[in-house]
Amino acid sequence: MNISNLLKIALMAMARNKTRTFLTMLGIIIGVASVIVMLAIGQGSKKSIQSQLSSMGTNMIFVRPYSDMRDGVRMDASSMQILKMKDVNAIKNECPHVSAVSPQVSSGGQVVFGSKNWPTSMQGVSDEYLSIRKFSVKDGRIFNEKEITTSAKVCLIGQTIVENLFPNGDSPIGKIIRFNKIPFRVIGVLDEKGENSFGQDQDDIIIAPYTTVQKRIMAITWFQSIFVSAIDENSSSLAQDEMVQALRKSHNLKDSDEDDFELRSQSELINTFSSVTDMLTILLAAIASISLLVGGIGIMNIMFVSVTERTREIGLRMAIGGREIDIMSQFLIESVMISVAGGLLGVMFGFLVSFVVSTLVGWPILITSISIILSFLVCVLTGVFFGWYPARKASYLDPIEALRYE
Amino acid sequence: MNDSIIHIENLQRNFNVGSEVVRALKGVSFNVNEGEFLTIMGASGSGKTTLLNILGCLDKPTDGSYLLDNTPVSSLTKNELARLRNTKIGFVFQSFNLLARTTALENTELPLLYNSTISAKERKKRAIAALEAVGLADRMDHTPNQLSGGQQQRVAIARALVNHPVMILADEATGNLDTKTSYEIMNLFQNLNKQGTTIVFVTHEQDIASLSKRTITLRDGIIISDKKIEDQKSAAWFLENLPVNDENI
Repeated sequence: MNISNLLKIALMAMARNKTRTFLTMLGIIIGVASVIVMLAIGQGSKKSIQSQLSSMGTNMIFVRPYSDMRDGVRMDASSMQILKMKDVNAIKNECPHVSAVSPQVSSGGQVVFGSKNWPTSMQGVSDEYLSIRKFSVKDGRIFNEKEITTSAKVCLIGQTIVENLFPNGDSPIGKIIRFNKIPFRVIGVLDEKGENSFGQDQDDIIIAPYTTVQKRIMAITWFQSIFVSAIDENSSSLAQDEMVQALRKSHNLKDSDEDDFELRSQSELINTFSSVTDMLTILLAAIASISLLVGGIGIMNIMFVSVTERTREIGLRMAIGGREIDIMSQFLIESVMISVAGGLLGVMFGFLVSFVVSTLVGWPILITSISIILSFLVCVLTGVFFGWYPARKASYLDPIEALRYE
Repeated sequence: MNDSIIHIENLQRNFNVGSEVVRALKGVSFNVNEGEFLTIMGASGSGKTTLLNILGCLDKPTDGSYLLDNTPVSSLTKNELARLRNTKIGFVFQSFNLLARTTALENTELPLLYNSTISAKERKKRAIAALEAVGLADRMDHTPNQLSGGQQQRVAIARALVNHPVMILADEATGNLDTKTSYEIMNLFQNLNKQGTTIVFVTHEQDIASLSKRTITLRDGIIISDKKIEDQKSAAWFLENLPVNDENI
């Protein structure tokens, strides 16, 4: 008995019962399709959250003062005046896994141009801030080293500011705007970035040299925070370790002292969100797997009915020379072919439904090859697993009794 | 060795029914030579079905020896028995046992599908030849529900012939057919026999037995008579002399 004959026998048997074959397949089709759709929805939302977070800069590490005890009084973290230029320089010089460092001070206020005004905040940063936060300059330029040292009154503005101060489409470059009554010359416009995952408008921003904001607006000598970028995502934790060492040394902390600063990294945030969406994906896939399981039981059910219904046929096949293994293979191949065909149709159906969901409902959809391979493999295994028992039952029939079965 | 197709010696078959032992065959011996047309007769319970199952290699004797075409059947495994059934025996059943929704040609091809030494081309050629031999060359693409009872049995006979067996084993092959069709089928068997096919035919109808060349009668598991039929009747003759009104019944 060779394989092509077996396939022919199984195919002929399936073709004789087209409707039943299709209905059995339907369970598998729906099972596989729902696994694919659910995984697509789960992974789509994970991907979209990840890309939103990484638009904020994936390698970003953020240093801020940690609230400290002074004479038994717990101080507010934002009022701590411990981050200074020497810390920025220490990070720059002593941390090989850091690619960019920028101090940050920010001040809220009203920005005015002509008759228009808008409440916003001004970020005092260095030129490296743009690469850390993944901002890019659309028009004009970033401030230079000289403008930082001279505390020049220059600024770059985000799209939200442009829309509110220059609604009739004039180029803001070279215009003088006033922030808290201090005139600033606009030297650049930032690219649009949209909202971040917390719904914060990232385009509602004015960027100026940190020296300018420190001296001309806030009259302070310290920084509120330091933004740092690690070389890549993987070296983020290494960079953090180096930064802790550098900052402790720069703050002259004894081994027994607590850190008076704290580090926050974007990758932590991403991990948190990823684990939430992973859980969501697993939950969705588990629910979908139940329908695949039910589809598999459907195959077993039908194969049992089929074996009983075809008892005489089995008896005949045995009488004319079918061995146990031949009979078993025939029924096993039938169930595997039902599940494979159902699996293929299910994959197509899953693609279709995912596409419809993403266009109609607008949910982010991501179909990965692993989800297709996985659901298809599970489906074939389902066919073998649930087809095996009925097939064995068929092969164990006694030909004499099977032939006389009414 | 001899040239007999079937050589049976002191064949016994016991069944355990609960604590009792039922002796269905109590020592049966006979030979069937090539080209014979043998009918096995007996009332129900006489052991003829048990004998048929053993002859068809579907069952094994409890004791005694059975040589089919010089192959000792008792010592074979299940798979070897299946192979023997596939290559040496052609089965014809009372209820035809054709696969539904499957054409006559595909039904006829079926035994050859279980023989991997035969190519698809050869398979089709032999199935067509077998269908031609039973006079159904024009019905190859018909499914069983498009065929009459007699035609269905012809397909079953073609299926039995297709693997070139050493004998055809028929179990009440005319039991489900009307008188006229029965004679037609018997006529076909007689013609096949004339061409040299060995036929073993199990029946309980005396009329059918009179169309064969030899009759073995069983009762209570032993042979009570084994006689040659000197004046073998011709099924064709019966067909010609059927009462006219028979067709209108």
